[in-house]
Amino acid sequence: MCILWEAASNIMDRLAKSEPPTAVIEAAAGVARSDVEAVNSATRRTLYKAREPIYPKSVHGTFRRIKWIVMGVLLAIYYIVPFIRWDRGPGNPDQAVLVDLDRPRLYFFFIELWPQEIYFLAGLLILAALGLFLFTALFGRVWCGYACPQTVWTDLYIAVERLIEGDRSQRIRLSKEPWTLRKVGKRVAKHAIWLLIAVATGGAWVLYFYDAPTFIGEFFTGQAPMMAYVFVGILTFTTYSLAGFMREQVCTYMCPWPRIQGAMVDAESISVTYLKARGEPRGRHKKGTSWDGRGDCIDCNQCVAACPMGIDIRDGDQLECINCGLCIDACDEVMDKIERPRGLIAYESHKGIERRREGKPSRLQLVRSRTVFYAVILAAVGAVMLTALIDRSPLDLNVIRDRNPLYVRLSNGQVRNAYTLKIMNRTTEPAKLVLWADGVKGAELRVAGHTPPEDLSITVQPDEIRSVRLLVTAPAGTSTETSLPISVGVTDENGKVAASNDTIFVTGSP
Amino acid sequence: MSTKRDKDDVTGVETTGHEWDGITELDNPLPRWWLYIFYGCIVWSIGYWVVMPAWPLLTDYTRGIWGHSQRQQVVADLDALKVSRAGIGEKLTSMTLEQIEADPTVQQAALAWGKSAFGDNCATCHGGGGGGAKGYPNLNDDVWLWGGTLDDIRHTITVGVRSTSEDTRQSQMPAFGRDGILEPAQINDLSEYVLNLSGRATDQAAVARATQTFADNCVVCHGADGKGNRAVGAPNLTDSDWLYGGDKATIIETITKSRGGVMPTWAGRLDAPTINALAVYVHSLGGGE
Repeated sequence: MCILWEAASNIMDRLAKSEPPTAVIEAAAGVARSDVEAVNSATRRTLYKAREPIYPKSVHGTFRRIKWIVMGVLLAIYYIVPFIRWDRGPGNPDQAVLVDLDRPRLYFFFIELWPQEIYFLAGLLILAALGLFLFTALFGRVWCGYACPQTVWTDLYIAVERLIEGDRSQRIRLSKEPWTLRKVGKRVAKHAIWLLIAVATGGAWVLYFYDAPTFIGEFFTGQAPMMAYVFVGILTFTTYSLAGFMREQVCTYMCPWPRIQGAMVDAESISVTYLKARGEPRGRHKKGTSWDGRGDCIDCNQCVAACPMGIDIRDGDQLECINCGLCIDACDEVMDKIERPRGLIAYESHKGIERRREGKPSRLQLVRSRTVFYAVILAAVGAVMLTALIDRSPLDLNVIRDRNPLYVRLSNGQVRNAYTLKIMNRTTEPAKLVLWADGVKGAELRVAGHTPPEDLSITVQPDEIRSVRLLVTAPAGTSTETSLPISVGVTDENGKVAASNDTIFVTGSP
Repeated sequence: MSTKRDKDDVTGVETTGHEWDGITELDNPLPRWWLYIFYGCIVWSIGYWVVMPAWPLLTDYTRGIWGHSQRQQVVADLDALKVSRAGIGEKLTSMTLEQIEADPTVQQAALAWGKSAFGDNCATCHGGGGGGAKGYPNLNDDVWLWGGTLDDIRHTITVGVRSTSEDTRQSQMPAFGRDGILEPAQINDLSEYVLNLSGRATDQAAVARATQTFADNCVVCHGADGKGNRAVGAPNLTDSDWLYGGDKATIIETITKSRGGVMPTWAGRLDAPTINALAVYVHSLGGGE
C-alpha cells in the first residue's frame, strides 16, 4: 500500500511543481547551457529512489552517424534475413535461415544441422564470446554502445520519442505539463508506434522459426500456432518495456556483460574519456576573453544532456558508460562554436593520457599480448569449427553394445554379442551400406530381423535415422580374455569405410 | 516500532536494529522489480486459488473453476496416444508378422513399440534386455522351450505358460524324488546320465545303470536322444544351456523336485498390436528362428 501512496504523491508533486524560468542560459556565446545533473552520478544515487527519467538531447556528428548506420544495417539484417530464399530441393524448406523445430533441423544457407550437431551452435556462441573479448580489449565497450540489441532498440525508441515529443527540453516540459488533449495525443501516438515496433520485433523473431511468408499470412488471419502468438507476445512485452522504460537500467543493473568486460580491458583499451588536463579548471566563458589559466570546458553540460545513460563523463570512468560516443559529438559541436580544438572528450586509453601528459603523441596500441592472445584463440576456435564443419560426415554412426545381457551363450557353446547401430543419413540420396565388424577371429555376423539374417546390406533413406541390431557370434573358446576390442562400422557402395566405432566384444570367459 | 532508526556510520545505511556480538544488519531496501514481482505473485496466487485446485478440505479439496485435473489429463493424453498410434497399430494388426518384419518402416515402429511394452510387462522376469535369469528363459539365445518362430513367440505371449488361459502352454515334469517314484541312488545315477548327454559324466558305471531308468521315465518327453520336445515344452538336455543350472547338484534337485515356471497369459491385458509388436521385438533379440 505504501508503494501506491508513494507513487500517488510523486505524481501530485510533479503536477504541483511550476515550470522553471525559461530564460536562455548560456555557457558561452551562442552555446546553450543545460541545467542538468547526471542522474546516475555515483554521489547522487540512492537505493531508495525510483528511476529518474533521462531525456537524451539530440546530437550530430561522427559517432551519431556511425550509430545510425550500424542501427540501419543491423535492423535490416534482422528483418530481411527470414525472407531470403534458398532452394534445397522438393520437400525441404526453402528459407535460407530457419530453425525448424518440427523436423528438427537448423538451416543456414548451405548448412543443415541436426540436433546431434548442436555443438556447432555452442561453438558459434564461443566464437561470439571470444569476438566480444577481442573487441572489448581493443575498443572498450563498443558492443554496448553500437551493436547490442538493447542499445539499437533503445536508440530507435528514443528517435520515435524525439520525432513526436520534440527534443530534450520539449520532452521535459511535456512531462511536467498537465494532461491536456495535446499531451494525451502525443503520448498515445508515441506508445502506439513503440508497440508497433515491439510487435514487429517479436514477430520477426518468430519468422526465424517458421516459413516467413506463410507465417505472416497465418499470423494476421489468426491461423498461426498458439505458441507463435505467445512468443510474439512475450517479445513484444520485453521490447516495449526494455527499450521504452527500462533502457539504461538494463545495462546498469540487469546485464552481466558489462561486469565481465571489466576483466577484458586494460590500460591500453580505449574508452570515452574526458581529457581533464585540457578541460580543467572549467567555467563559463565570455566571448573575447582570454583562455589563459583556465580549461577548455565551459561547463555547458551538453555532454550530460546528450548521455543516454544519465552520467557525467567528466566524473571519469563509470560502470554505466556504454562507450557510445554521443557526448563526444555533443562536445565537438560546442568546441566548434567556441573555436577551440575538437576532442576534449575523446576515445582514449589510460596509457594514451599518460603519453599525452609526457608530451608524446597519444596513439592506439592495438597489438598487445592480451589482444594477440584473444585473436589467437579466436582464430584457433574458428579453425577447429571450420575443420569440423568441412569434415562433417553426411553419414553418422552410433554403436551401442547390448549391456543387458552382456553376452549370450548359445546352445552349442558359441558366444554372441549384440550391437545396436544407429545410422543417420544426412544426404538427399538413399545410402546403401554393408555392415561389418572386425576384431574377433571367425566371428559370424547376422542382422536381427533380416531374411536371410546373413544379409548384411542395409539401405538408409535420406533424412532418416535407421536403427539395426548386429549380432556377432564367436566360436566357442575364442579367447581367454574377458573382452576383446572390436570395430563395428559400415562400408558404402564403393566398399569404402563410411563410418566406424570402436567397442568391445565380451567373451564370457571368467 | 521505534521511529528513530540507527544508521551505520560507514555506509550511511539504516540498520534493522538487530545486533549480534556487535555486528549489525544493514536495512537495504528490496529492489523495486523484486518487490513488484512479489506483489504480483500474491495477486497471481489469489487468482490461482480460484481457478485451479488449491486448498485441501477434510474429505475433498477445492476444485477450482477451471476444473483442471492431472488424472483427466493423463486419460486424455493416453487417448491421444491411441489416436496417434492408430495408423501403425492397424498395420500391426492386419499384417502378418513376417510381413511386418519385411517392411522396414513397420518393423522399426514394431521394434520401438515392442521394446516399450517389453520394458513395462516382460522385463520384471526376463530382464531389461531379455537376458533372463535362473528359471526365466534368456530370450536372446537360440534355445526355445516352446519354439522360436514369430508365430510360436506370439502364441506363447498370448496364452502364457501354465497360466489361467484355457489354451495355455502346459506340461508337467513329475517330482521323481519327492513323490517317491525313484530312489535317491537312482536319481544320482540319472544325473550322471544327463551329464553324459552333454559329455560331462564322470561316472560311466552310473550312466550305464541309469540307461533303463531314463528310458522308462524321461524319454516320453525329453526323447530317446534327450534332445527335448517343443510340443510339450521339454528342454533339450544335450546342449550347454541350462535354465536352472547344469551342475550335478542342480540336476539332482531338478529331478527330485521337478520344475515348472509360470508365465501369465497376456491375451486380455495387452491389445493385438502390442502382442504382435512384442513378438517381433523378441524375435529380433537374436534367437528368432
